[in-house]
Amino acid sequence: MSFDYNGKMSDAVQQVPPSAIRKFFDLANEMQGHVISLSIGEPDFVTPWPIREAGINSLVEGYTHYSPNSGYLNARKAISDYLKRRYGVSYSPDGELLITVGGSEGLDLVARALINPGDEVIVVEPCFVAYNATVKFAHGVPVTVETKPENGYKLMPEELEAAITEKTKYIIVGYPNNPTGAVMTLEDWAGIRDVLLRHPGVIVLSDELYCELNYLDGKPASLTQFSELRERVIMVNGFSKSYAMTGFRVGYIAGPHELVSQMTKIHQYCIMSAPSLSQFAVIEAAMNADGEIIKMRDEYNHRRRVIIQGLSDAGLDCFTPYGAFYAFPSIKCTGLSSEEFCERFLIEKHVAIVPGNAFGACGEGFVRISYAASLDDIKEAMVLLKEFVEDLRKG
Amino acid sequence: MIDDIELLHLMENNARLSSAEMATMLAVSEDEVNLEIKRLRDENIILGYSTIINWEKKAPDTCIGMIEVRIAPIKNKGYDHIAQILSRYDKVSACYLVSGGFDLMIIYEDKTLRDIANFVSEKIATQEGVLSTTTHFILKKYKANGIIYDNPNKDDRQAIIL
Repeated sequence: MSFDYNGKMSDAVQQVPPSAIRKFFDLANEMQGHVISLSIGEPDFVTPWPIREAGINSLVEGYTHYSPNSGYLNARKAISDYLKRRYGVSYSPDGELLITVGGSEGLDLVARALINPGDEVIVVEPCFVAYNATVKFAHGVPVTVETKPENGYKLMPEELEAAITEKTKYIIVGYPNNPTGAVMTLEDWAGIRDVLLRHPGVIVLSDELYCELNYLDGKPASLTQFSELRERVIMVNGFSKSYAMTGFRVGYIAGPHELVSQMTKIHQYCIMSAPSLSQFAVIEAAMNADGEIIKMRDEYNHRRRVIIQGLSDAGLDCFTPYGAFYAFPSIKCTGLSSEEFCERFLIEKHVAIVPGNAFGACGEGFVRISYAASLDDIKEAMVLLKEFVEDLRKG
Repeated sequence: MIDDIELLHLMENNARLSSAEMATMLAVSEDEVNLEIKRLRDENIILGYSTIINWEKKAPDTCIGMIEVRIAPIKNKGYDHIAQILSRYDKVSACYLVSGGFDLMIIYEDKTLRDIANFVSEKIATQEGVLSTTTHFILKKYKANGIIYDNPNKDDRQAIIL
């Protein structure tokens, strides 16, 4: 009853606050009546049937045991083929690929395999909320580089270079970006490559979960495509976003054997292996589902244009996103903070979106709107957004 | 430049989209959409617009028959002659020439099984060149027009931020 928890908890865990906007989501869940949610960071599509069927068949055939620690060889081969086909890069199924429990495990494995206490990790913000947390849990020190809307939220070479110190262990980049929808082209990455070549000790974690959701040319562009960086780029990727497979919890790491083997050690002791049935689904996805990706990408692209038009009609400035399924408009003209804006929009118009400051301090003054939602919901939400912003302006 | 295939897919999936909405979705002007639709109509590529209705819910007694028809083709007219005659009946909702053990597949909708049986015996079997018919009555629709009836997939996603 009176156990004293003081001093019992890890400092590293305690310094990470619970999600600051938990309250906001509890409010959304408690609200009566119809709430339109443009807040969710996962596809609204159900996983394509052949992929689900492959998972089911694996159960029927009795594949209910542990897989090898790195994942089934057939699944690693299928991923290796996929990377060759879509990226033009070569990773051996034998030692350069590790199948993980979603992309999230990959972020954690990289942090735990690389960081010694006090090492700095450059985190490019605004970004996925897990980057900073995984670094802190591993006793690292996150160093923020803030990207800007006027640069299309791209990472600028000079901004990266200014943040690199002798303590920098690795940098985390995530493009196409959550929450801004920004993409980096191969030319953009070439500038980053040049910086990295001047700093030969710095490793890169490239989070490419949204790699297939690129509306510029539909092709993944990545630092892994520069062979001169091959020894120090770790790709964290997965099937959740591109293939609408979030619930399968399966992703992968692709990188040099020396790094992947250390991460495999952690994975082996802490996770054992990714779910077997999900790996069978992945074989089908990686081998036979390119057409499904394109179908979903085309539909997201239609919705993306509707959102951009809606934001413009509502009078909100928004940098044009070309990736993922998010728009990140500025709400500074309303005079409200991001959290105030989202809370009032939810209470007054019953539409849930996410305050930009959840993704880093530089996200203040912005909101994240997801278009992983039905076209009808998006259209209705855009009408309500326009009304809401007009009401605010009238005061 | 408008992609007519993409436009057709949009209209096929949702005929209620306005020209303005489609223009936004395709990143072209509304005028371009309207001109393209006119062209597609003029060329009989767009033939009409309809609504997909689950009649089993509204009028559960409606009957649908799938009628296989074997034909001896008529000289110089092939199968087209009979197919065109049968297609003129309003209640024939589809008529296909098919490969395999029979020649025409007719989809016919009416109020009762008797109505369909009468149509087969009086209108189809009596056509010159018809050798035989086999009628299948549809008992339940699981999927039609690309839509799964009674689709159980609801949006059950959690309101989390990650």
